[in-house]
Amino acid sequence: MLNSISPSLQRPRLRCCDASSCRSAGSGALLKALETARSNAGEAAEPLDIEPVGCLRLCSQGPLVALDRPEGSSLFGGLSAPLAGALVDAGSGTDNNSSLNDHAIDLEQPFFALQHSVVLEGCGQVNPESIDSAIAHGSYEQLRHCLQELSAADVREQIRRSGLRGRGGAGYPTGLKWDTVALQPPGPRFVVCNADEGDPGAFMDRSVMEGDPHRLLEGLAIAAYAVGADRGFIYVRAEYPLAIERLRLALRQARQRNILGNNIFGSQFDLRIDIRVGAGAYVCGEETALMQSIQGRRGSPRPRPPFPAQKGLWGAPTLINNVETLAAVPAILREGGDWYGAIGTDSSRGTKVFALSGAVVNTGLVEVPMGTSLRTVVETMGGGVPNGAGVKAVQTGGPSGGCIPAALLDTPVDYESLRALGSMMGSGGMIVIAESMAMPELARHFMRFNVNESCGKCLPCRAGTVQLEQLLTKFVAGNAQASDLEQLEQLCQMVQTTSLCGLGQAAPNPVLSTLKYFRQEYKTGCEPATAGPQPWA
Amino acid sequence: MKAAAAAPIASEATAEQKRINRLVAQNGSSPDALIEVLHQVQEIYGYLPEAALSQVAQQLRMPLSRVYGVASFYNLFHLEAPAAHSCELCMGTTCFVKGASELVPLLEQRLQQQLDGPSAADGWVLRQVSCQGACGQGPVLVVDGQLISQATGQGPGLLQGQLDAAGLPNRAPKPSLGAP
Amino acid sequence: MGVITLRVNGVELAVPAGSSVLTATRQAGAQVPVLCHLDGLNPIAACRLCLVEIEGSQKLQPACSTEASEGMVVKTDSDQLQHLRRMAVELLFSEGNHVCAFCVASGACELQNVAVAVGMDHSRFPYQYPHRPVDASHHLFSIDHNRCILCSRCVRVCDEIEGAHVWDVANRGGESRIVAGLNQPWGEVESCTSCGKCVDVCPTGAIFHKEDTTAEKHPHAERAQRLRQAREQHQWHHP
Repeated sequence: MLNSISPSLQRPRLRCCDASSCRSAGSGALLKALETARSNAGEAAEPLDIEPVGCLRLCSQGPLVALDRPEGSSLFGGLSAPLAGALVDAGSGTDNNSSLNDHAIDLEQPFFALQHSVVLEGCGQVNPESIDSAIAHGSYEQLRHCLQELSAADVREQIRRSGLRGRGGAGYPTGLKWDTVALQPPGPRFVVCNADEGDPGAFMDRSVMEGDPHRLLEGLAIAAYAVGADRGFIYVRAEYPLAIERLRLALRQARQRNILGNNIFGSQFDLRIDIRVGAGAYVCGEETALMQSIQGRRGSPRPRPPFPAQKGLWGAPTLINNVETLAAVPAILREGGDWYGAIGTDSSRGTKVFALSGAVVNTGLVEVPMGTSLRTVVETMGGGVPNGAGVKAVQTGGPSGGCIPAALLDTPVDYESLRALGSMMGSGGMIVIAESMAMPELARHFMRFNVNESCGKCLPCRAGTVQLEQLLTKFVAGNAQASDLEQLEQLCQMVQTTSLCGLGQAAPNPVLSTLKYFRQEYKTGCEPATAGPQPWA
Repeated sequence: MKAAAAAPIASEATAEQKRINRLVAQNGSSPDALIEVLHQVQEIYGYLPEAALSQVAQQLRMPLSRVYGVASFYNLFHLEAPAAHSCELCMGTTCFVKGASELVPLLEQRLQQQLDGPSAADGWVLRQVSCQGACGQGPVLVVDGQLISQATGQGPGLLQGQLDAAGLPNRAPKPSLGAP
Repeated sequence: MGVITLRVNGVELAVPAGSSVLTATRQAGAQVPVLCHLDGLNPIAACRLCLVEIEGSQKLQPACSTEASEGMVVKTDSDQLQHLRRMAVELLFSEGNHVCAFCVASGACELQNVAVAVGMDHSRFPYQYPHRPVDASHHLFSIDHNRCILCSRCVRVCDEIEGAHVWDVANRGGESRIVAGLNQPWGEVESCTSCGKCVDVCPTGAIFHKEDTTAEKHPHAERAQRLRQAREQHQWHHP
């Protein structure tokens, strides 16, 4: 999608990335400078469109600007305001780009060429602040189609056929979840979009919300129709101010056009969507905690069953899907469930968006078919570790996931393969770890995170993670005893099997996976006198 | 109860209370709106003063302890007035694996205060924060709202210059002649 | 009311439909420890001591909040469960400051009893010795946070039965603690009716009558259930 131009495009266009990452690199000033440069250029630049867009993927080269001309698209990175004039000249065809040569980014390189955009097909293309731009790119066409031509059961059938599984981490079949909510006894029900993307290093959902918010609203509205809900919430973390701003704007625009509200597209379907902003609690990504938070309470999880699909918000059946899951829905409806199901692997269908970061040359957003190997993502697309140093491991699944060692980089990315290795898909953060990182220290980093984010309700997570962090500190400092290793493993197992919610149950994963693949480093963390002879690793 | 009893006497306090009452009403006066209301109260004061919490509880018809329980649960709610100036070091995983912790001694030395310790007399506080969402530019620092990116990749001299420009005080003892 | 049959530790038994697994285990004579649970209060499944194995379920389930179902096969005393329970009790002792020798509740303390039951005489985890306050501002009662295990029975009894909601849980994670009002001294909280229900249900010596000294606390944890039965079933007389 990045290197294609929509057929309707007649005029040359500069797309300036106006998402969080490029903004922090200075894209705000660049965008203003582009507009100034265009007015200064006068008549020659008149046909040139300049649009703010969402993430253009290669965040490490930000700020990024894409240039669309009839003969093709090109991308420039590492830009700053003084280059605005050259960009406008290039856009109006009055310059040979010489000063931009150093900033040109090859769109044929694997980082772009191997991407398969479904969820992100509009991200970087549409102007996220303009509903007209979104509609021109097809937004709400599928909602109209569903409301006017499909029954709720037909819609769910397409989702079932697509094989889509929850992109928030656990991978629960989306179609089954929709059916469970839809088939509850008659009465009110709710749909919720979980946009509390809390894993450090994960910014997939943020990019969707910042780059293509109408796609998310459309997906949520289709979900509401499919399960019979007339009320929806988007629970966004407060740390995403730009995403919140754009979602609010998108909601206002959709209401003004009567795309949300009563009798949508002339049907009997009504839907009201509200945004609820979190207040800084990772645990609120857990669905029962999230519902507590939506209802104005402490984000403490409760035991399941009952599942939210049976008893959720205000006791009513509630469908909870994350951003990426819902953002996949419009494309599935447009192309058909079978089309989506043909992408990816048998058990994990479709595409997955990853936020690639850490010790890697190309930091940014990649969307690839499920089943793509970690090596392809990290080395071929990501370009490996800077300065040619070796990859030690790849961390997936955030503080609930694990580290996959370099030797297993040929593992395909799918739910089952990652779980078999002691990690998990998680929401899609993929952090490359260089040789220089000590694994007990990395494990402690995640354990600290879990200590800080534990809600404190259940004992194993509240008190167990504190003890785990202290144990890990001994290994980091190199003064652990051999018995500490045994205690570490037993306590990990205890916290894993007895914690109340998924956060607690998964808190030991970063320790367990590094123990599994880098045990020697823990042994090195023991005092020599107690460690005994070093066995063959 | 202290907070509520003290408030209605002064007329300014009543104006403050009216402001909160309006805000609660705008949010539908339902206990469900508590978090949204607290966000808006914090926007006004910069934190959540006790009297405001008490007023919110009254208006939403909620127990005081429940309001306090919620206000103290979430990281972004502050029960005390915030420090005047902050230097925040991102300790998100990406920044961490890119060496954010190596910056701790440099910052502690410069400010002559401890990470996550009490704020200095001139109001500066040095703390670690979770992911700032600038993973492409990591490791990052935020000095009074100003983002400093790729803080380890540019050499300590350049970084110190950027910190100077961002207004971060340099309290490090001057090196004696001949010291590196 | 319907009846369901299930098996607990090999014992076949029948319980009224809607009963919890905990009720069933008690009927079967199994000793499943509980600390956060109290009959008469809504279960929260927080202390994790009552986790049991249920055939067909990969995860351990809390007996207090899991409904018994027809044909269920429950195990309450496997080696794994005993091992996990002992560790849980060790964590409880290491995270607070529990010194039985000087405690008002010694001899009538549920935490102490559970420790004895699981065979825990010391914690293998380092004691954290947290700095926690004692609030003696109330004219009748005191709360000593050193002895609090965050079971939240006080919060629930005050909310669900007394209706005053004096207490709640503040902060989170290891910093969690019980607060009165807007984090006020207990004695200053106007909504407190001084009914003493929180003293009755506190499983340890954290909340106590001021006149009680070492080993003199006599809790009445059964009162929560009696009040609920009186209110909901008009049942005031207990044989």
